Amino acid sequence: MIKLQDITEEELLYGSLACAGCGGIIALRMALKVLGKNTVLVLPAGCLMATCGFFPQMAVNVPLVSTAFPSTPSTVSGLVAGLKVKGKEDITVLGVAGDGGTADIGLQALSGSVERGENFVYICYDNEAYMNTGGQRSSETPYGAWTTTTPVGRNKMWEDKPKKDLLRILAAHNIPYAARTSISHPREYMDSVRKAKETKGPAVIHVLAPCPSGWGTDTSKTVELARLAVETGIWEMAEYENGKYKVTKIIKNRKPVKEYIKAQGRYRHLPDEEIEKMQKQVDEYWKAMS
Amino acid sequence: MGKREFINGNNAVAYGVKLARAEIVAAYPITPQTKIVEQISEFISNGEMNAEFIKVESEHTAMSACYAASCTGARTFTATSSQGLLYMFEMMQFTSGQRRPVVMANVNRAISPPWTIWLDHQDSISTRDAGWIQIYVESAQEALDTTIQCFKVAENKEVLTPVMICLDAFVLSHTEELVDIPEQAEIDRFLPPFEPDYKVDVNRPLTIAAGTAPNLYMEFRFTQQQGMLKAINLWKKADEEFGRLVGRSYGGVVENYKCSDADVILVTMGSLSSTAKDVVDSLREQGTRAGLAKLRLYRPFPEKEIFDALKSAKAIGVVDRSLSFGFEGSVFSDVKAALYNNNCCIPGVNFIVGLGGRDVTADDLKKMYDKLQYIQKNGKAEQTVEFIGLRWSE
Repeated sequence: MIKLQDITEEELLYGSLACAGCGGIIALRMALKVLGKNTVLVLPAGCLMATCGFFPQMAVNVPLVSTAFPSTPSTVSGLVAGLKVKGKEDITVLGVAGDGGTADIGLQALSGSVERGENFVYICYDNEAYMNTGGQRSSETPYGAWTTTTPVGRNKMWEDKPKKDLLRILAAHNIPYAARTSISHPREYMDSVRKAKETKGPAVIHVLAPCPSGWGTDTSKTVELARLAVETGIWEMAEYENGKYKVTKIIKNRKPVKEYIKAQGRYRHLPDEEIEKMQKQVDEYWKAMS
Repeated sequence: MGKREFINGNNAVAYGVKLARAEIVAAYPITPQTKIVEQISEFISNGEMNAEFIKVESEHTAMSACYAASCTGARTFTATSSQGLLYMFEMMQFTSGQRRPVVMANVNRAISPPWTIWLDHQDSISTRDAGWIQIYVESAQEALDTTIQCFKVAENKEVLTPVMICLDAFVLSHTEELVDIPEQAEIDRFLPPFEPDYKVDVNRPLTIAAGTAPNLYMEFRFTQQQGMLKAINLWKKADEEFGRLVGRSYGGVVENYKCSDADVILVTMGSLSSTAKDVVDSLREQGTRAGLAKLRLYRPFPEKEIFDALKSAKAIGVVDRSLSFGFEGSVFSDVKAALYNNNCCIPGVNFIVGLGGRDVTADDLKKMYDKLQYIQKNGKAEQTVEFIGLRWSE
């Protein structure tokens, strides 16, 4: 388990322009605290690049290589190989991209980097839509959510597909280490980052990171909502390690899904029967998992 | 003096990459390029070459990985063709915009559809404005030697621009010729190790490829343009130095083949230049003052050098193996622009030839020179763009 005394006191992310209540920036900050100065960061087009990588407000105090939207994992691959031939294999190469950059446009490259067994840490901060472009639907947008491309007019076009299961996709690669975690659980999340760093080979962390402007929530509720996602059983905390899928947090008395849904503007249109349907799906999932 | 081997253009490029001591190769298979990276894999497997080969899952990843590897200060190479080059297009701009001197061999192959694997220049010409230096070669020997020159110019601190060496599919890639393979020591004297000033360094954290607002973007583009333009003279110097150290050079950026007193001159790129030189020789035997300007460097465009080669001609023809749909061949447009910039107006015609691997024969070239003589006599061209060898014009 990570000890607070082990994490760096040096702030490696300072002066970012991220919105108040940004879950993504919390995920990046905590990760850099664990990984420390001997790290190279890769960021693609997206909120973190836009808020930490623009001159003169470059907020990252480790080398940052920015890249195109589909190319986080492939840029990581190039850095891993380059640092190897330069005899600097001790440096951690960290890729951080959102759900769109990971599960959609970057998935092929991620599959390649993982399959090739390269040594890196990759974090997908999941805010469940293309938030940097104003909130369009991604393959990680959950069922029932409003986004700017799943609007709810006369035709109720809210998102009608479940989330793409990134952790199981990674498990199918027999990845050495992968985790699904949440910024609401910093000890668990940072411990995943530690494990990822210590893993020889690819390690990917999928972390829930709410976006107040995209989710229609108050900026003070980011962590609370992420916790509620875990406590209602909507967001399963899990790991894939040594060939095994393991649920890492079992919630004994799950809170009603309704509590999570009703707290967010992006579900405002959702009729009660849809929420009941979601509750049933969550209950069935956990029954199957037990 | 090194050894002499009977090898094809692809093998020749691989030898060039080995002699240049490339440290990272990231590539994806595509016909007709594949032999280059197969040969490099063999070099690494035999212990003849000390490099990391990233066996990527796509060309987009190949170019991303090259961009990133180059950011660590590693000498980096990739190879592709046609569809693969188009798939790299986005990341080519990261490499050039970030001033990373990656070298790539593009084995020129036409674009689909209709599906084809045969030769033309549409692939590389389509990426003309991606900020890469482009150089075209005529033989396997030139491919080997030029691959090494590519690293020399790309890594020059005044230039810091990636370079694409273009060689013709099959005619060069799969055809064997006797090639002199230089000694490693000769090349080491020519090409020093790559030491960039700005690279990934945890002790000196930099944001690489940072974002800019409109108050700075143009200045980045302006300095990129300056770097590119410097490559013209630096390439001439590199070619001369290569000649001194290794004993072969290629006329710098434009090879002037009997142009000085020529009335009619063709401009060509790539392997077709060899056939054209033969045609020039036979025309000269018959008393026609023919010449050939072989354009090696296409970007940056050597406008002064091309003007110098063409200035005393009475008629010129530009042979394009690609087409800017809705206008004409791009090399023709560029050559005309170079003449215009030098207050020179010579009647000329554009020959569109060999698309999708259509053979271009000595007889075709002879007819082009005939056409130029006709233009010389009339003082003007009747038709600006002429397709050579179209079947329904038979």
